Amino acid sequence: MEEVDVEPTTTPIPGVDSNRKHLGFVWGPGDILVYETIYKASGLSTGGCPFVHEVRKDEDICSPILRKLFNESHHIFVGLQGIRDDLPSKNKKTQFVSISKNYRSVIRACMEELQQVAVSVQDAALATQYGNQVSILLAVELIWNLCEVLFIDAAPAGSLLLHLLDWVRLHKADVDEKARDVLQSESPTEHQAYWDVVISYVLQGRMDEARQVLMKQAALQPAARGMFKLLDNLLIKMPIFNPSGAQTLTEFDVKWRHWHEEVDRCLQDQSFASNPHLEVICKILVGDEDVLLEHKELLSTWYHFLVTRLLFSHPIVKPTELHYYAQSSMHMFLDTRSVPEPLDSILLAAFEFDIHQVIKDCSIALNNWWFVAHLTDLMDHCKLLQSHNLHFGSNLREFLLLEYASGLFTHHSLWQLAVDYFDHCPEFGRVYLELQIERVPLDTERKALKVLRICEQRQMTEQVRSICKIMAKGALRNNRLGSALSWSIRAKDAAFATLISERFLQDYCANGAFSDLDLIDNLGSAMLLSDRLTFLGKYREFHRLYGEKCFSDAAKLLLSLMTAKIAPRTFWMTLLTDALPLLEQKEVIFSADQTHELMFCLEDLTSGNCLPKPDRAMQDEDIDTTKIEILRLALARNLAKAIVKEGTVEV
Amino acid sequence: MNAWTQGFPAEHCPEHHTPSHGWSSSHIIVTFRPQREMFLARSIAADHKDLIHDVSYDFHGRRMATCSSDQSVKVWDKSENGEWICTANWKTHSGSVWRVTWAHPEFGQVLASCSFDRTAAVWEEIVGESSDKQRGLRHWIKRTTLVDSRTSVTDVKFAPKHMGLMLTTCSADGVVRIYEAPDVMNLSQWSLQHEISCKLSSSCISWNPSSSRVHPPMIAVGSDDSSAVYSGKVQIYEYIDHTRKYAKAETLMTVTDPVHDLAFAPNLGRSFHVLAIATKDVRIFKLIPMRRDATHSSTPTKLEIQVLAQFDNHNSQVWRVSWNITSTLLASSGDDGCVRLWKANYMDNWKCTAILRGDGIPVNCSHDVVSQQSLLTASSAERF
Repeated sequence: MEEVDVEPTTTPIPGVDSNRKHLGFVWGPGDILVYETIYKASGLSTGGCPFVHEVRKDEDICSPILRKLFNESHHIFVGLQGIRDDLPSKNKKTQFVSISKNYRSVIRACMEELQQVAVSVQDAALATQYGNQVSILLAVELIWNLCEVLFIDAAPAGSLLLHLLDWVRLHKADVDEKARDVLQSESPTEHQAYWDVVISYVLQGRMDEARQVLMKQAALQPAARGMFKLLDNLLIKMPIFNPSGAQTLTEFDVKWRHWHEEVDRCLQDQSFASNPHLEVICKILVGDEDVLLEHKELLSTWYHFLVTRLLFSHPIVKPTELHYYAQSSMHMFLDTRSVPEPLDSILLAAFEFDIHQVIKDCSIALNNWWFVAHLTDLMDHCKLLQSHNLHFGSNLREFLLLEYASGLFTHHSLWQLAVDYFDHCPEFGRVYLELQIERVPLDTERKALKVLRICEQRQMTEQVRSICKIMAKGALRNNRLGSALSWSIRAKDAAFATLISERFLQDYCANGAFSDLDLIDNLGSAMLLSDRLTFLGKYREFHRLYGEKCFSDAAKLLLSLMTAKIAPRTFWMTLLTDALPLLEQKEVIFSADQTHELMFCLEDLTSGNCLPKPDRAMQDEDIDTTKIEILRLALARNLAKAIVKEGTVEV
Repeated sequence: MNAWTQGFPAEHCPEHHTPSHGWSSSHIIVTFRPQREMFLARSIAADHKDLIHDVSYDFHGRRMATCSSDQSVKVWDKSENGEWICTANWKTHSGSVWRVTWAHPEFGQVLASCSFDRTAAVWEEIVGESSDKQRGLRHWIKRTTLVDSRTSVTDVKFAPKHMGLMLTTCSADGVVRIYEAPDVMNLSQWSLQHEISCKLSSSCISWNPSSSRVHPPMIAVGSDDSSAVYSGKVQIYEYIDHTRKYAKAETLMTVTDPVHDLAFAPNLGRSFHVLAIATKDVRIFKLIPMRRDATHSSTPTKLEIQVLAQFDNHNSQVWRVSWNITSTLLASSGDDGCVRLWKANYMDNWKCTAILRGDGIPVNCSHDVVSQQSLLTASSAERF
């Protein structure tokens, strides 16, 4: 059969003369920007270029109601992936059918909500848009339902027709509405739609309901009571296959043939000749195709005609015979001139059991990947696609899931659902996720942490590093040092941590106080990321000890910062100055040995050529000289005190 | 009994899922839409005084930069409601600005531009320091001008971020230059690391984005030189660890017509590379690295070249090619004045899926389509 195929659509861009100029473009997230330009080097100035146009793909992703469809189907999808492979196939089939029904029930819920909104909305254009979405969902549900019957449930002969009847009844439910109108009217039998309702019920095999409505008429025509009784009998007696019963298919067939002959006999002996309505019903029961086709309006579609035709002519149709009846029904029902709609082709492909054609046509005919991706995934779990394994690396299921999930990623919140879809694409899911997730805008710390968690859970180390680095860089740009430091610690970026530690120390030297104390006090082992960060942490610890009056610990730490070369030499002068108040305490804090070491540090610093710096102003040099003098004096005095103290034997 | 509930076991049919009325499938017929359509979401009044030559999105798609023959670059930020607002506009060069490109955000908010004035420039957006009068305000400052080229600089690209902060230019004199900022905190210092002489006037460059360790850095250079009629117009260079130099790995001898643009696709963890080329048609090549002999680490990897697809729908010259993020779509722009989108299905069959085409109706400049308010003030423009 011919495939549904369409030429690429052309989107007009206003104000650009494509005959004389070029159209420049750039890819964006979920859109494409285009602008007028000329690529040929002409040297001529052609005047201004007024507009850049943003072109988007027409996707349903933005509809808040459809967002529910995406959210809820995501749960079902994740559940389906969890079904274990080692379950006995019988149990699995039940599960798959129930999952299929769950998907359809989500579609139905969505459809219902859209329908209500479409009715209540004032804006006509919006109402049309919602109406369109409803009709697409209707088509999707119709196709899905049929696929469920044919492929997933794979009903055998006998049950097959019952399922198809349910399918038709579900999608041609306007009979019930009409019936309600008729029955609630003052005199139902006079209602113009009375016979339409009766016949519609019969066409759908709903005999009990047909009989109830017929009863109204029978009660009014005592003279024709016998005729009504006869038809009622035929309707009651019509055998319906019971798949759970003990009856075999052959027994059913025999019974059905008897009934069929009986109906035929009634026609032959003209039992209903005096009432054309009843005669028509009887002709339908006997499966008269001409009479069926006279009721095209009530049937409304060729596939309803197909199912009705099967009901009254071939009730034990086998799946393998279906395509024959489907094709002929379509041709008999549709005008010879009219071209089948995409929907017709898709349904026909399903009746032909050509799953690949169904999926292919649906992906061309529908404007979003939701349907094909989920249906194909389910089919794949049912092992229905195996015979068609592709040699191009990725398979059909994964191809469609990747497309669907990539679409979700263009949305500001739905991208989170896409993560799970990528997780279940063994071939390219991981790479796609890596490419997409690093593009998620990190608007806030909260969002960054969310993205980060997803990457961390999946050991995506490069993405984790990159996100932290971007956040650190951004925080530093905005002078938020604390945040910059914690992000660079997360990124394990030693160079950047050094740079920020440096900034902290500079700020301390300038203001005499530390910002972000909470962070620096609780660095823990993170401190070891860079030497400068270690120094920052330790130096802050010194201040804390000093503040808590743990002078001897503070002194020990201060000294070790220099002797263990943790402190950069440029900072030694500051450290030595910090030692001054300790040296000047009444109590002796630095021991003689420690004082010696301090003196050594000071001499080391002053004898080296790093101090005084050549570019320093004379005034600075004076201050430094004074400072050194004071330090020397304090050290000498402390040394004396310490020697005396250490030489004194306590009694 | 309701036909709807009949089909469903009770547990799968929550109360609110039961429709209050039925639908008939006859509703469907009219509106079953035929194709994924594109539509114009909005028009942005760019207001450049001359042709726009390039528009570039930043990594996260929240900012864009435009450059023009009017010698300026404009930076645009996307607001919460999706509108584009011009937040900076300054004169960047003393000639037409051909290309503008963003560095990875790991390196900050950094742009590079290249121009007919024979230079390329690096720009950084900074936030005013606390002492500054401009506290909290952002502005762009020029970090460096790269003046090594003696002819028009035709393309500028940052190298993939795993290589560090590196900038590449190519110019009409056929030289590709690779610069590096050794200290990423100091963007005023760039050292010229490599100069590759391609012998042909160069029009475009593309880095292979693969960060896999088995793929050494690779760059493709295209030439629009029309004087060298029979020579291959695409050269591929690879970094040789051993010599610390770039060496030619391959020349695509089948591409003899002028090449205007080329683009490597994201690697997707595959062993081979995909390269799209804009020449007299759109071509997609597959480059398969051949097994490498460990003893020959001083020579570049041999590549097997295959043509994956070739489309001549643009009728004549093709000027730009570009992949989307996951390389599922390729866009191209050509002499037919159209942008065409190409997509491969799961069987690797390529097809044109959409066309964007100017409607030919001239639009007046002072016109009333969504005119976006520019936040730009005269004083901030003077800063440059």
